[in-house]
Formats: sequence, structure tokens, C-alpha cells
Amino acid sequence: MASGNLTSTEYIKHHLQNLTCTLQDGGFRCAQSAEEAKAMGFWAINVDTIVMSLVLGLAFLFLFRSVAKKATADVPGGLQNFVEVVIEFIDNSVRGSFTGRNPMVAPLALTIFMWVFLMNLMDLVPIDYVALISAPLGLEFFKLVPTTDPNATIGMAIGVFLLILFYSVKVKGVGGFIGELTLQPFASFFLPVKFSLSPGNLLRIVALIIIVPVNFLLELVNLLAKPLSLALRLFGNMYAGEMIFILIALMGGAWAGASLSGITLFGSQILLALPWAIFHILIITLQAFIFMTLTVVYLDMAHQKHH
Amino acid sequence: MNINATLIAQTITFALLVWFCMKIIWPPVIRALDARKQRIADGLAAADRGKHDLELAAKRSADILREAKGKAAEIIAQGEKLKAEMLDQAKVHAQDEAERIMVAARAEVEQEVSRAREVLRHQVADLAVAGASKILQREVDAKAHAEMLSALKQEL
Repeated sequence: MASGNLTSTEYIKHHLQNLTCTLQDGGFRCAQSAEEAKAMGFWAINVDTIVMSLVLGLAFLFLFRSVAKKATADVPGGLQNFVEVVIEFIDNSVRGSFTGRNPMVAPLALTIFMWVFLMNLMDLVPIDYVALISAPLGLEFFKLVPTTDPNATIGMAIGVFLLILFYSVKVKGVGGFIGELTLQPFASFFLPVKFSLSPGNLLRIVALIIIVPVNFLLELVNLLAKPLSLALRLFGNMYAGEMIFILIALMGGAWAGASLSGITLFGSQILLALPWAIFHILIITLQAFIFMTLTVVYLDMAHQKHH
Repeated sequence: MNINATLIAQTITFALLVWFCMKIIWPPVIRALDARKQRIADGLAAADRGKHDLELAAKRSADILREAKGKAAEIIAQGEKLKAEMLDQAKVHAQDEAERIMVAARAEVEQEVSRAREVLRHQVADLAVAGASKILQREVDAKAHAEMLSALKQEL
């Protein structure tokens, strides 16, 4: 596959394939084809996702750290000014949607926002540029945008989910959390009025035993929907965006000589890709903001005592 | 791996995107950042100016206070001086007055004395005339002896 022309299908598949590697036959091997990657099963790593997300995360950390170290109370310089604006923006939106008291939430929101934003930003790099660098390095595949890999978004969502579980238990206690899962939305009516074995109470207890699994089912769906919606929304948006970039890029690929149709395709690639890229500037920021805001809202819900 | 015209198209698109960012997205962001910076700079400058003004005002108020104190001391000293002067004047005045009153009183007393002496003189003259007439057993003609009587009165 390293040479020769690809069909459209191959081109799309190639661009959507992660650099999947695993320990195999005593050495670290990377898949040379989609089938091979699939055959590696669960215990494989998408090296491109890991590398890009690490690089971008570290870039964010070093950038903000360097500004934080040099921060002055005087008139901020260019970079400090920018960082301050970002932090003020995050701080304001966290203040707006988080009602509890937790010093961890705002930094978490900042990290999520900047990280997701930077990872999304890679979407604006022309999709075939990557191959110019990765191919000479002997890498068959390299996906530049980690957020188009569900592993990355689901991974982040699981992190948020664990935080939701942790703070739910921490704030409400194990009993409170279990109560929230089992005694909602239908319960208070069935709770025994007094601890006595009157016929009415016995009836209530029986009803409660019936209603608890129903509640638990509903609340479990509610709970699991949070990380799932976080992960799939980001992944879906970025994947679809990337897909359209690939489809648009196919037009230029169809250029075969200076025929009229070839030039038309070439021109329409530019005409389509530019608005889509401009639109994507909005999308990537919005998706980062949504991921951050939903995380904050979910954590806020985890901090609230209902009953 | 197929390197073909799509790469050129992507490059052109990328260049256009960068151009678009530079023209449309970058300036307002930079403007907002600059405005924010300017606002902070203005705020800090205003704070500095305020501090400076406060210092100046404190200095000025201290000056005014010192000046006022000096003026008050001066006024008090002047008052004291004036008081002493007035007291002296009053003393001198009172002495003069007293002397004048005394002189007048003395003059009056002398006048009274001379008047009394005059009256006495007349009475003595009358008495003498009466005594003489008694002695002479006849009336002394006052007219005839007026000259002598007045000479007598003068002598007394």
C-alpha cells in the first residue's frame, strides 16, 4: 500500500485508520493494514492517538506553566494576556454552572477545554500533510486528530465518570448514592411511615421491593448516559468533520490531467474545503466548550444532595 | 499512499484558511486582547495616580496644618501684645484722669474755701460793725462809712 494509486474507498479507509500497535512475537509491531489492526484485538494501542494527545497536553501544560511562572500583577504581556482571558472565561463559566465548593473543578475544566481544543485543532491541518511526514518515518498510518479516535474520547469520559462516582460517594456517602440510584424517581410514596408491621406498612415495603429495581434501571441508564454522551458527542462530531474533510479531499484526488472535469473538481475542493474549515474553527471550539461545560454540570449534579 | 493534486488543493485551501484567520478572526481577537491590556494599564495607572494624589494631598494638608498653627501662634502673640498695650494705655489714662479729677477737686475746694472766707469776712465785718455800733450807741451810717467798711472787709 506504500505506493501506487488508491481507490476512493482505500483512501478513506487509509485516513480513518489509526496507527495500531501491539506486542507481538516478542516485539512491538504496528499493523500494516486495517485487517491486521483489527486482528490485534483489545490489547493494542493506537500510538498516534497517544502521541498526539500527549504532545498536545504537554504543549498546553508547558505553555500555561511558563506563563504562570512569569505572571506579574502589572499590565500583562501578550501571552499572559491571552492565558488570563482563557482562564477568566473558564472561571466565569464554572462559576455560572457549578454551585458547590470544590477547588478542583475549575482547573479540571481548564485542562479539559484546552486539551480538547488543541486536539480538535489538529483537524484543521490538511489531511494529507501528515502522510508527508509519517510515510518517510515508515509509519503506514497516522491519524493526527486524537478526538476522532473513540478510544481517546471514551477514555476522557471514563475519567470524568470516575470523578462523578467519586464525588457522588464523597458528598452523599455510599448510602446516599445508593439511595439516589434506587429511590428515584418513584419512591417517597412507598417509604414506610413508621417502623411498625402494620398491614399498610407491609404493603408499602412490598411495593418498595418491586419499585427499587425499576428505579435502579432508570437511574443506571441516566448515570451511564453521562460519560457515553460526553464521549460519543465529541467523537461523532470530530469524526464526521474529519470524514467530510476526507471526502472533499477526494475531489482533488480525482484530478487526472488538465481536463475540464478535473479542474472543476480541483476548484470545488478548494471551494468546499475552505468554508468547511472555517466552519470547523467554530465546531472545534464549541465541542471543547461543550465537553467542558457538561463535565462541570455533571460534577455539579454529583455534588448536589437531593434527598 | 498516493501523492497527487489533492495535496496542492489542500495546500491552497490551507493557505486560504490561514489568510481568512489572519483577516477575519485574528484582528478582533487581538483587538479584544489589546483593549483588555489597555484597560488593565489604565486601571493600574489610575491607581498609581490616585496614590500619588493621596500623597500630595497628605503633604498639602500637613503644610496647611503647620501654616495654620503658625498663624494661630502669631495671632495669639499679637493678642497678648495688644492686651499688654491696652492695659498700659488704660493705666496711663486712668492716672491722667485721676490727676485731672484731683486737680479739679482741689480747685473746687479752694474755691469753696475762698467763698467761705468771703462770707466769713462779710459776716465778721457785719459783726464788727454791729459791735462797733453797739459800742458807739448809735447807728453807723452804712452809707457814710461804706468806704471804711469795705476797706475793713478787705483787710479781714
